[in-house]
Amino acid sequence: MKKNDWILVAVILVLAGIGFLIYTNLGRQTAGIVKVTVDGELFGTYSLEKEQKIKINNSNQLYIKDGQADMIEANCPDQICVDHKEISKNKETIVCLPNKVIIEIVGGEHVEMDAVAN
Amino acid sequence: MKTRVAYFGVFTALALIFSYVESLIPIQLGIPGVKLGLANLIIVITLYKMGIKEAYILSIVRIVLAGFMFGNLFAILYSLAGGILSLTIMCILKKTEQFSIYGISMAGGVFHNIGQLIMAAIVLESISIGYYFPVLLISGLVTGFVIGVVSNEMLKRLKKL
Repeated sequence: MKKNDWILVAVILVLAGIGFLIYTNLGRQTAGIVKVTVDGELFGTYSLEKEQKIKINNSNQLYIKDGQADMIEANCPDQICVDHKEISKNKETIVCLPNKVIIEIVGGEHVEMDAVAN
Repeated sequence: MKTRVAYFGVFTALALIFSYVESLIPIQLGIPGVKLGLANLIIVITLYKMGIKEAYILSIVRIVLAGFMFGNLFAILYSLAGGILSLTIMCILKKTEQFSIYGISMAGGVFHNIGQLIMAAIVLESISIGYYFPVLLISGLVTGFVIGVVSNEMLKRLKKL
């Protein structure tokens, strides 16, 4: 490895660190609304509070329970969005590339209180 | 000239086999979209052994053929974005002669991921997948390094070519 290689590694690590910091800070507060987008167009918004199953264009099925959204069904072969863990924090996303479906948590009025505040 | 054509055929076949082998190993690291990029090994070797033009042709031929055989239209689209950006960066870095094969391979791995992420952002018309950016940077770095090490060893043994 040459010296320049190490500089390259350092630059990439720093960039990744910055990106990681930005996203963890943005995702601090919990949010209460799930936004579903299909092919760049808004499909609908749903509350995280209510337990519900949402069919998205007969291609995907989203399940909301206990303040978490999870993709439980998709008609694509790879099933990456189904394997994705459930999301609950602000800015978290589940993406289904073949069907162009994006599930995103957006900032809502629901702020989780800690034990002391309760 | 005849041997060049033969080598090109062998490299294309190898790249396709690597794509196939990779589609067989479902290494789930818990992060969707992270894989080793074995075929990139052949692209790096071609870049060093045959030249820039050949590397581009091989890369595009490999992606289109592998896409039709093991993937779908979207797989081709994402791979092309990643492959071409990655190869362009690798060519530029190689031209400067400031980097070893490790650095070039790592840059290739990282920019392959960035290219795919940009394409995904365009197709999905959303920038919220930027969430993946740090993960893909790190994974590109690691896989790029592995490919760099293997490429280096292979080049040592392919001196006669």
